[in-house]
Amino acid sequence: MNHTTMISSFISLFNIKAIYLIACFIPLLGSILVGLFGTQFANKKWRFISRSLAHSITVACVFISALASTVAFFGTLLNVNPIFNETLYTWAIIGNLKLEIGFLVDSLTTLMMCVITWVSLMVHIYTIGYMREEEGYERFFSYISLFTFSMMMLVMSNNLLQLFFGWEAVGLVSYLLIGFYYKRESAIFANMKAFLVNRVGDFGFILGIGLLVAHTGTMNYSEIFAKIDMIKDLTLAGTDWSLITVICITLFIGAMGKSAQFPLHVWLPDSMEGPTPISALIHAATMVTAGIFMVSRISPLFELSDTALMFIMVIGSVTALFMGFMGIIQNDIKRVIAYSTLSQLGYMTIALGSSAYSVAIFHVMTHAFFKALLFLGAGSVIMGMHHCQDIRYMGGLKKYMPITWGTSLLGSLALIGTPFLSGFYSKDSIIEAVHLTQYGWVTIFANLSVLVGVFITAFYSFRLYFLVFHGEERYHKNPDNHLIEKPHESPSVVTLPLMLLAVPSVAIGFFTVESLLFADYFDKVITIAHDKHLAMRTLESNWHSATAMAIHGLTTLPFVLMLAGVGLAWCFYMRWTNVPAKIQSAIKPIYQLLDNKYYLDTFNQTVIVKGLRSLALVLWKVGDQGLIDNLIVNGAWKIIAWISSVIRLFQTGYIYHYAFGMIIGLVLMLYFVARI
Amino acid sequence: MNPIDTVTTAYTMSHIPWLSLAIVLPIIFGVLILTLLSHAQPNTIRWTALLGAISSLLATLPLYFGFNKQLASLQFVEKFTWIERFNIQYHLGIDGFSLWLILLTAFITVVVVVAAWEVIEQRIAQYFAAFLILSGLMIGVFSSVDAMLFYVFFEATLVPMYLIIGIWGGANRMYASFKFFLYTLLGSLLMLISLVYLYRITGSFNLLVWATTKLSLLEQTYLFFSFLMAFAVKVPMFPVHTWLPDVHVEAPTGGSAVLAAIMLKLGAYGFLRFSLPITPDASQEYAGLMIFLSLIAVIYVGLIALVQTDMKKLVAYSSIAHMGFVTLGFFMFAKTNPQDQFLAFQGAYLQMISHGFISAALFLSIGVLYDRMHTRNIADYGGVVNTMPKFAALFLLFSMANSGLPGTSGFIGEFMVILGAVKYNFLTGFLAATALILGASYNLSMYKRVIFGEIANDSVRQLKDLSRREFWLLAILAFAILLMGIYPAPVTDTINQSTAYLLQHIAQTKLK
Repeated sequence: MNHTTMISSFISLFNIKAIYLIACFIPLLGSILVGLFGTQFANKKWRFISRSLAHSITVACVFISALASTVAFFGTLLNVNPIFNETLYTWAIIGNLKLEIGFLVDSLTTLMMCVITWVSLMVHIYTIGYMREEEGYERFFSYISLFTFSMMMLVMSNNLLQLFFGWEAVGLVSYLLIGFYYKRESAIFANMKAFLVNRVGDFGFILGIGLLVAHTGTMNYSEIFAKIDMIKDLTLAGTDWSLITVICITLFIGAMGKSAQFPLHVWLPDSMEGPTPISALIHAATMVTAGIFMVSRISPLFELSDTALMFIMVIGSVTALFMGFMGIIQNDIKRVIAYSTLSQLGYMTIALGSSAYSVAIFHVMTHAFFKALLFLGAGSVIMGMHHCQDIRYMGGLKKYMPITWGTSLLGSLALIGTPFLSGFYSKDSIIEAVHLTQYGWVTIFANLSVLVGVFITAFYSFRLYFLVFHGEERYHKNPDNHLIEKPHESPSVVTLPLMLLAVPSVAIGFFTVESLLFADYFDKVITIAHDKHLAMRTLESNWHSATAMAIHGLTTLPFVLMLAGVGLAWCFYMRWTNVPAKIQSAIKPIYQLLDNKYYLDTFNQTVIVKGLRSLALVLWKVGDQGLIDNLIVNGAWKIIAWISSVIRLFQTGYIYHYAFGMIIGLVLMLYFVARI
Repeated sequence: MNPIDTVTTAYTMSHIPWLSLAIVLPIIFGVLILTLLSHAQPNTIRWTALLGAISSLLATLPLYFGFNKQLASLQFVEKFTWIERFNIQYHLGIDGFSLWLILLTAFITVVVVVAAWEVIEQRIAQYFAAFLILSGLMIGVFSSVDAMLFYVFFEATLVPMYLIIGIWGGANRMYASFKFFLYTLLGSLLMLISLVYLYRITGSFNLLVWATTKLSLLEQTYLFFSFLMAFAVKVPMFPVHTWLPDVHVEAPTGGSAVLAAIMLKLGAYGFLRFSLPITPDASQEYAGLMIFLSLIAVIYVGLIALVQTDMKKLVAYSSIAHMGFVTLGFFMFAKTNPQDQFLAFQGAYLQMISHGFISAALFLSIGVLYDRMHTRNIADYGGVVNTMPKFAALFLLFSMANSGLPGTSGFIGEFMVILGAVKYNFLTGFLAATALILGASYNLSMYKRVIFGEIANDSVRQLKDLSRREFWLLAILAFAILLMGIYPAPVTDTINQSTAYLLQHIAQTKLK
């Protein structure tokens, strides 16, 4: 008996529905327990969950969930349980529309489940060390477990309603966690901003769902796909727009909010106000990829609209390129990585636009591991630096923090796409796929964007790396924080997750690229119109092996660009360290533009927010109070007062006289009406 | 022959008059407190009031458990002649639409009784009596089948509410109570004339008879607008909504809770019982106007809520915006198949019930803060989470529910109406969906300014977290909000038949 059949027979021992239920709901259980009995929500008498119990419970729950997800993953990989599509319970039946809660678990889902739960587990463990001294320790664990549950609901759903439930629930937890330090003004501004910007995306999303429901009468994915022929040639009522294009673009607007695509990306850099573990889990590895997941999930729809795909590609290219530029000038260690996340999300979106959904998901996976690693590494640096986040005042940390240094280096190498490392396989596949699209200027722009992106990514990643880990020690230069003690390596509970994450960051691409992209893993799940969209088929026909791909990668333009980026970073930040300042003053206008984030925040704040508030004030003061209340209501009052001043002689001031008058009047009126 | 016999609707008679019991029980307790106990110990009054409220709630439960979901017709019917001369009947009966509003009324009454426990210190007996009597009268409105009976209950509810605002209200309570009384009274006077007119041509006040009476479009138009006057003020719809914020600001906490949770629904319920069944052709004719006014409520009022500085005003404006969804869902008639409106219509109904829970919860939460700080001004707060973490958690749930977060009851109604609106017309859906953004904006900006941040001042520093009574009060509302959000099927199941029947009815022309 070989390994495959052994694993298959092992998996077939489990009741698969129970496995899915456990994977999804166990983290919720942990969250509720700790939330109700471990936080300030409970009275002293009821607060029987201590700090250590809080993390034990949640870590155990997420660990169980991760094991269940792994079983689920092998179930789909080995075709023991290829596709599970079942309703758990009926939420409501409205006329002939069924609203249900149910699971669709297939190869796409199980892959996401594994990424979510394992990264979440790493983050849970890491948090034990990172948040050790914080108030609200238990609350934090409750939140991240709740997040894990919500994210599982999102990916395991078999319909759009439940997807939307998970979608909003992860948004809620993100809101709670960005505002975790609720005393800090910047944090509570950032969390509100994140929620509201996401709501703008949801606005589009709900319209897309509405159009689908209106024309197919269902929210269930498989039922929608079954009715796709009915709607593919329709136009939006009253216009000549293709219905399917409108649906895809509105749904994608939802993805733009959650996956932080330009111009709805503005919340993500600010979300760095939250504690670092959640930046890793929510704002890099998992939640922000929900939009990418959603588009892949309903690929049969997107495949019908080239216009929508081109739109997606343009948005992705703008995000990948312009957010990359922003990464160059940041001095906050977390913000550099945040902009890098934005840029990588742009890459994923470009992959979606190229109909290379499996490549996008592949990049979601590799990115989840190396970006979580980079963020957690940054968190470790922040701890070592006693809560300084400014990379200008770091340097030479390699000596003090060897594990953080080594793992961060591996993470950076994976991010910039070093051949053989995980990021290489996913990113190079995206670059190739873009190359093979046929969308005219959009293809040219996207090509440019992904190539320039490679250079920029390499540059800012190694700028960060050199400034933090190498060169002169600049701790004493920090004006706000004179570090007396030397930096120190973080405790093992922090470094262990770093080391564990480094393994997949390095290796997972090499071992999975063939089965995920070029075997039949996603065949039943992702639909591609191969006759029009050639990218995946062409990639497949050029495929030899993971080793061959990496060796070939050494001879291509992206590799040269990557080396150039690293080299330039070395020149600027190791060798000729006074050059960057000179360049900065030489290109002041461009620097200003970047420093002000392309003036998008300014625009939103002054034009949209202030504009709406002023409009609202005018409506309130002029419309409600001026016109309706003063002019009409009180005006009528005044006219009556004037009339009554004329007939005051009849007024006696006794309430029963008035009542008597009213009754007489009423009787007279009734009498006349009754006579008609 | 009595025209009622010609109505084909099936009647189910019950042996125990549960509906009468649900109406009379709270009134009896109210009168009892007012007469026998008016000088009793405060605690005696409180416990008697609670007993009254709970026993009335229990009396409504058989309505749910005995309700036959398969029937669209009226159930638990009771009928006696009241005034023979005018053929006015004491005629009660409920369908799915009435059922949940009755349950909601009885439930909210228990909540406000508990909420007033130590808060009301003056005229305790009168306060509790007013709420109990009000509860009975409102249940009366929701179960009347006779138009005159409906009208009597409908108008009678004004009196206790007028007293509640006028006696236990804030500094400017006289102005507010007058505004409330005159607005709503003037609105409904025209309706009385319509009722008499319908009586003239049918010889009956039976709503079921009226629903089948043929009327010309001109007659229907007059009737429709006179009904609209009465109900639009109650809902309230733009542009007759300006009384609500003023009244909420002055009303005591319990008054605000009942006003928002139930009294506003009297107006929406009126559309279900009068406008839609009696004047279906006029309703279709003027649907555009109704949709337009509803969308104004959603957007214009939603924007106004954004700039409020008084917490109660903010929630009051948000109530108007949420009720906009109710009227929107009722009037988006489907063009071809009447059942296409199902989604929007039920969404509107669910929105009514959900708003009952959420608005009550929000007003009670604000009451909790007001009892401690004696201000409703948002600027006087800040950092409340530091001293009241339990309150902050519950208030977050309510704020999120009010912004329509999935998993809470606030989501379903709004979601369904928006989906229905997209189906009706993409532009309508587009405009209705702005509520997603506006709702989150005003709720979260209030939450941020009141709850988050550093402790703003010494009064906030001295705040005490929820007492046990307050905690359970809000927790039970939170539970209801979550339960309905996670499992709305009990509500939708019971109103399915009523909805199908009504939509079918509206689609059939009644023109002479």
